[in-house]
Amino acid sequence: MDRIPILKLGEFLLVSVQVDMHDQLAMALQEDLTERIVAAHARGVLIDISALDIVDSFIGRMLGNIASMSRVLDAETVVVGMAPAVAITLVELGLSLPGVRTALNVEKGMELLRRAMDFETGVEGV
Amino acid sequence: MWKVSDRKETLQIRSAEDIVVVRQRVRASAVGVGLKLTDQTKIVTAASELARNTLIYGGGGTVTIEHASAPRPGIRLTFEDHGPGIADIELAMKDGYTTGAGLGLGLSGAKRLSSEFEIESTVGEGTRVMITRWR
Repeated sequence: MDRIPILKLGEFLLVSVQVDMHDQLAMALQEDLTERIVAAHARGVLIDISALDIVDSFIGRMLGNIASMSRVLDAETVVVGMAPAVAITLVELGLSLPGVRTALNVEKGMELLRRAMDFETGVEGV
Repeated sequence: MWKVSDRKETLQIRSAEDIVVVRQRVRASAVGVGLKLTDQTKIVTAASELARNTLIYGGGGTVTIEHASAPRPGIRLTFEDHGPGIADIELAMKDGYTTGAGLGLGLSGAKRLSSEFEIESTVGEGTRVMITRWR
């Protein structure tokens, strides 16, 4: 079965979804990511969806699940690169991705994750 | 000009991969009829939701993709299955209602994303959903 590749970048994991995912592929990504977060001791996950031309309720639910599961495993998830037409459609569909942090692109997403880490370290240091 | 064979096609919906094919064919058709990007995205997303319903709740079925011309150009999709049917359509149309494991946004969301929406269902015979997006 096909898999979406997960790259390790320091303490973060990067997933760039480049194909139109069928439902089982989305489910497999969800499982693979949770395993990799634990195995790699990852503190953050970046999911780049800039190549996706739709996000339907199934993929939306998967993104929400990944965010919740990674939080339970002490990692933050940021979804980056959503196209404007996808965002408009998603909201009209009735999904607002509660609990999912977003950023415009990979660079901004990485900044967001780093700030979240710094903040945590800072608080612990006080 | 569109050839007759381009104007109407019927696809089988039997697997999760077929849902991807439906999305791709609906996208091609929406581009062909001249829908703008946001409207393409809306009709493709609605098609994805309805194709999944056809697969999961209808036990598989078909979608027919057609170009409509009156009162203006558009694209019309008809999803049909011979599954168990829907006993209470009003309830099935409610946001968040589901008999499965999903979010319950499929039917209500597809309706919001379409210009026109029609549903017919007979318990024991099946379900037919027709949506149209005008240019």
